[in-house]
Amino acid sequence: MSDDERTRTEKRAADRRHEGRRIAERTEDATRAAIREELEEREPVLQPRDEGKPVIELQQVSLAFDQPILEDVSFIARKGETICVVGESGTGKSTILKLILRLLVPDRGQVNVFGQDITHLTFVEALEVRQQMGMVFQGAALFDSMSVFENIAYPLREHTDLDDDDIEQRVREKLEFVDLEPDRVMDQLPSELSGGMRKRVGIARGMADNPQIMLYDEPTSGLDPLTTGTITLLILKLQRELGVTSVVVSHDIRSVFRMATKVAVLHDRHIGFFGTPEEMAASDDKYLRDFLGGY
Amino acid sequence: MPTFADRLSSATRSKLAAIQGYFALAGRAIGFIFVRPFYTQDFIQQMDEIGVKSLGIVLLTGFFTGMVLALQSSVQLQAFGISSLVGRLVAGSMIRELGPVLAGLMVAGRVGSGIAAQLGSMRVTEQIDALNTLGTDPIKKLVTPRVLAALVMLPLLTIINDFVGILGGNLISSVMIGIPSSQYWRTVWEQIASDGFVFRFIPNDFVQGLVKPFVFGGIISITACYFGLNTTGGTEGVGQATTRTVVLSSILILVVDYFLTQILLTVLAP
Repeated sequence: MSDDERTRTEKRAADRRHEGRRIAERTEDATRAAIREELEEREPVLQPRDEGKPVIELQQVSLAFDQPILEDVSFIARKGETICVVGESGTGKSTILKLILRLLVPDRGQVNVFGQDITHLTFVEALEVRQQMGMVFQGAALFDSMSVFENIAYPLREHTDLDDDDIEQRVREKLEFVDLEPDRVMDQLPSELSGGMRKRVGIARGMADNPQIMLYDEPTSGLDPLTTGTITLLILKLQRELGVTSVVVSHDIRSVFRMATKVAVLHDRHIGFFGTPEEMAASDDKYLRDFLGGY
Repeated sequence: MPTFADRLSSATRSKLAAIQGYFALAGRAIGFIFVRPFYTQDFIQQMDEIGVKSLGIVLLTGFFTGMVLALQSSVQLQAFGISSLVGRLVAGSMIRELGPVLAGLMVAGRVGSGIAAQLGSMRVTEQIDALNTLGTDPIKKLVTPRVLAALVMLPLLTIINDFVGILGGNLISSVMIGIPSSQYWRTVWEQIASDGFVFRFIPNDFVQGLVKPFVFGGIISITACYFGLNTTGGTEGVGQATTRTVVLSSILILVVDYFLTQILLTVLAP
């Protein structure tokens, strides 16, 4: 290979590196622009009032299975707040929801719901606490042997003495809340619905018993951008109109910036950041900047 | 680097934990039979699923087993010139052994696999967690109705299996061996009466033949629910749960059958 050729190869490689950097910068700029846009559009939703009553409180919670998953995780969700837990995949975000539901018990630390420590409850007492919470699962987790109506009516049948007429009325009301036509979908089976519709039915089921706490596990994952937008609006609507306290696990940064009153960033088994979206966007922290830039 | 002893001890520990989990599940499922709320509709649906829908294969296997028993035993008995006793042999083997064991194995294959697959996919699609969060104990809602239905339906299926088996024997012995039906049924009754009675009117053979399927019903349903509820690893895990259910419950049926026979023979000895 002649010197001439060598310099040409090197030049090409340098060009490619430069091009790569430019694309990365441009992506980062675009993401930042998108985030800024979300922040500007954002209506000040029930701004977090620090004097609000704590509804969910995690105190130095640690949990390990084969390996440590969470270490000294603490945060407080006050009444009417929407806390978004973000972080890379596989960092134990969903585990936090399972701890709040007491499907899991922490190795150390306390989980308080309405001021009551739920880590030492018996199984039956835990069932009672769970009735105050509505959970929306990642894949909606609708019971596939039951119709949409039966799915939403399920918590009502289990825990209330409403008669059939009242139950039907309540189901219709919830379906309308999530923008579905009751007469069209009520008799369908979950397998006949689209992904977005299934998510909505999941939300309707979660809120059927009028819970004060709503928990969402990746509510927008696997949905197209439009449906993502409507689901995000739906979560906002629940917070504004019904004043529920929510914890949302997500890695969809755009919708997080749209609905969160506070964001908790889970990094390396710890909560690396806890604050408002504005504070997060303004932060100089290297990891946070990388994290936001990656979207 | 874990040593061999470490690995052995952790493997033993996880096996022991699994056995403990199995019996804990059985205990809770059975305990919930007496606790409100009762999921009556689920129970009825499971009786249909486990019992009524298994009727076809049980009728078929029972009938052919009875026929082949008559055929085989006639050859053996002819050598001693007592082929008239075919009815005794068919009735004895069907009621005491083959009826319960075959019904058990067929149900393990048909129903056990179905339960494991259903509960397994409910587990991997988070439906079990959903039940929990909606304030329902999944064991009470899912396991108890299935266990109870199996405990009720397996003895019933066995009775039907025994009956069509003896009927199959009747067909072969009258058509191919030339034993009149009246004589066949007399020898069947002789067999049933010959082993003595409990409380003077329940034949010992019936006790043996009904305790076994009751136990097998428990084994099949609890094994299936255990593997189903403990499914991990997505759709592949569901497949594994199904296979394990059929293998383990079949083995348990055959092993437990031996020990149960041993115990029942001692207890029921005249």
